[in-house]
Amino acid sequence: MAEYRLEMRGVSKSFPGVKALDKVNLKVRPGTVHALMGENGAGKSTLMKCLFGIYHMDEGEVFVDGEKVNISNPDEALHKGLAMVHQELQPVPARTIAENMYLGRYPTKSVGPLKVIDHRTMNEEAKKWLDNVKMPFDPKRKLGELSISQMQSVEIAKAVSQEAKLIILDEPTSSLTDNEVEALFRIVRDLRDRGVSFVFISHKMAELRRISDDITIMRDGCFVGSWEMKNISDDEIVKQMVGRELTNIYPPLDNNPGDVLLEVNDFTSIHANSFKNCSFKLRKGEILGFGGLVGAQRTELMEAIFGIRHTVSGEVKLNGNKLDIKRPQDAIKYGIGMITEDRRGSGILGCLSIADNVALASLNQYLEAGIKLDKKKIEELVQDNVAKLSIKTPSSKTLIQALSGGNQQKVIISRWLANNPDVLIMDEPTRGIDVGAKYEIYQIMIKLAKEGKGIIMISSEMPELIGVSNRIMVMCNGKITGEVSGEEATQENIMHYATQF
Amino acid sequence: MDKTKKLDIKNILINNGIIVLLMILVLYVSITVPTFRSFRNLMNLAINAAPRVIIALGVSGCLITKGTDLSAGRAVGLSACLAGIMLQKPDAPGKIWPNFPQLNVWIVLIIVMAICAIFGLINGIVVSFLNVPAFIGTLGMQLIVYGIALVVTNSVPIGGYRADYISVTQGKVGPIPLLFIYLIIAAAIFWFVYNYTRHGKYMYAIGGNEVAAEVSGVNVKKTKIIIYITAACMYAIAGFLLGGKSGGTSVNMGMGYELEAIAACTIGGVSVNGGIGKVSGVIIGVAVFELLKSAMQFMGLNTNYQYIAQGIVIVVAIALDIRKYIAKK
Repeated sequence: MAEYRLEMRGVSKSFPGVKALDKVNLKVRPGTVHALMGENGAGKSTLMKCLFGIYHMDEGEVFVDGEKVNISNPDEALHKGLAMVHQELQPVPARTIAENMYLGRYPTKSVGPLKVIDHRTMNEEAKKWLDNVKMPFDPKRKLGELSISQMQSVEIAKAVSQEAKLIILDEPTSSLTDNEVEALFRIVRDLRDRGVSFVFISHKMAELRRISDDITIMRDGCFVGSWEMKNISDDEIVKQMVGRELTNIYPPLDNNPGDVLLEVNDFTSIHANSFKNCSFKLRKGEILGFGGLVGAQRTELMEAIFGIRHTVSGEVKLNGNKLDIKRPQDAIKYGIGMITEDRRGSGILGCLSIADNVALASLNQYLEAGIKLDKKKIEELVQDNVAKLSIKTPSSKTLIQALSGGNQQKVIISRWLANNPDVLIMDEPTRGIDVGAKYEIYQIMIKLAKEGKGIIMISSEMPELIGVSNRIMVMCNGKITGEVSGEEATQENIMHYATQF
Repeated sequence: MDKTKKLDIKNILINNGIIVLLMILVLYVSITVPTFRSFRNLMNLAINAAPRVIIALGVSGCLITKGTDLSAGRAVGLSACLAGIMLQKPDAPGKIWPNFPQLNVWIVLIIVMAICAIFGLINGIVVSFLNVPAFIGTLGMQLIVYGIALVVTNSVPIGGYRADYISVTQGKVGPIPLLFIYLIIAAAIFWFVYNYTRHGKYMYAIGGNEVAAEVSGVNVKKTKIIIYITAACMYAIAGFLLGGKSGGTSVNMGMGYELEAIAACTIGGVSVNGGIGKVSGVIIGVAVFELLKSAMQFMGLNTNYQYIAQGIVIVVAIALDIRKYIAKK
């Protein structure tokens, strides 16, 4: 038997302008659980996509049980014994468990000239494999009736039924309760003892400590190292994950936060696994950063404050006055603006002009006689913003979809500036934007803070969070777990609070 | 350089393929059948186009916000029936509501608009608050409205209209039919609303990206409801005019007009993917459709074949529209 079940050697992958993976190694021993850790964007998912042939790796080799393989699509990976349980499951909830397990490879039987699906064999086989992972479900049940963790188990059973020798679990516990995690671990341990290997991608240190034998850490697309779990401490893991120098340059943070502007008390989502009992204060002229791992519910909390999501409890006070926000219009009326995370999905109006995109939230100010829009004034507003934020565009009539990401973001910022809000919530304001435009956006944020506005910035990039925030709230698993500022605002401290599950 | 220019011409031809083909057809018919290009026929075309433009303008708002309104044709029919019943001569044979007071013709128009507006309001609520896909919600409304028309008229044809009803629908100012003037007024109002009002901007914003519009403070539900009510009012006007123009009506008036209107909008560049569409395009779309029908008549083509031709035009037009959208990605 080969020493390693899976060995990836020197895997590199570049996307236009970014080196996503740089000579990464991953060695998984047979019958072990191998933790793969790294910050958001460290390249864990990219590495797995390269393994499964979803991305084509620029260089590097893959060996399965010592044999060199070339995998160009997930189907081939399956034939080599590699299977993946995705973070976002893609089952067909309206069909039965068995049908989901045999999707695309239904057993058939011949009835005269016809080939029909052999339901009996399928259900029997499914039952056998479900029993194999000790899940006594009726395979004829609708998959949608199961909980997320049970669906995951079905996925694992499916992988086992396809004779997978290595199963990759991408953040499998992110939406599970403690009991469900236990059930999942039981299945994983059982299969491991029978020789199946696992790659376990997760942020949750305590869990990894319990389930993993080995660990590989990645950082910024690079391979940091591999250890046996018992030879490395938690502190050491955190240090290895974030251990990079702050190389990006930020404008001087010379704004001076003043009195409390916005007070958020006890926000709790209607969903059990979303934000709970979140309270914080934002000062005038302050940039308040919100850090945390993906899934920490930062976006959900902000969207709830802005009236997009529902809550069971929570109050917002602006300058001491309680606000009644039921929908975005109310928030806007009170002087709160929000730049959403998904620029394409909920920011830009792609098929409309820059002018229409800028003016959308402030049309009320440009009504003549209550009906007619004053197009000349709107054009002035647009030109003013194009100049002020140096938006690079041929004209105000250009469609916004023709602009670069950075310029699109500036158009969205203009949309809110036109309303002159007191509080501006910016969710990942520089995502997908090139370095130059990022710097300009930081400058705009600091300028707005100097004008006395309060800015809330959600960011998953730690250097950015530290570089442009006066104060940082850290969230984990729906709760605010810590607050850091000044000297304390280090990557290690933020990561510490971000993993307080 | 030369090559890109060629490509541009090719793209323009493909993107406006339907219009180009129809123009060739119209040109051909104009040359071979001189009566086709007579003033009389032109005015006939305008009279036929007027109610259809009014319906298409109504539907255009639904389409721009990624919806649709399949109740349009039946609403036209109901409106024609109701207006007809209220405007029958006191001594009309078989008068349906013999004791109904003789109201001013414009008041009757307002009444039928108000009735249709209720159905528009329901459409709007179903689409925006209940999140029922517009295709299904308005399909249900189509049946409901038809059923109401059947109940009201008992399937009896309606005729014997008052002179004032006939004169406001069939009358002329000099050589220009009143219907054509109504068309111009309706188009002007819609052009103003679409280009110079907050409602118009909100409509395009919802079609462009509903979530972004909502986040930016657009009252999406209210805007959609207004759009469906406006649309229903336009059907009422169209039904009122069609009834008077024909001098009589039945429950089947307006059947299938919704599809013709949607097709005309699409031919005129209203994108079925939302966010795009101009009043001028809607008018061009209807004009193209009417020219096609008229040209085929003048060529002596059997009416049965005309349906086949119209069907092909609709499918090709929408295929070309989608092609534009995909090319943009």
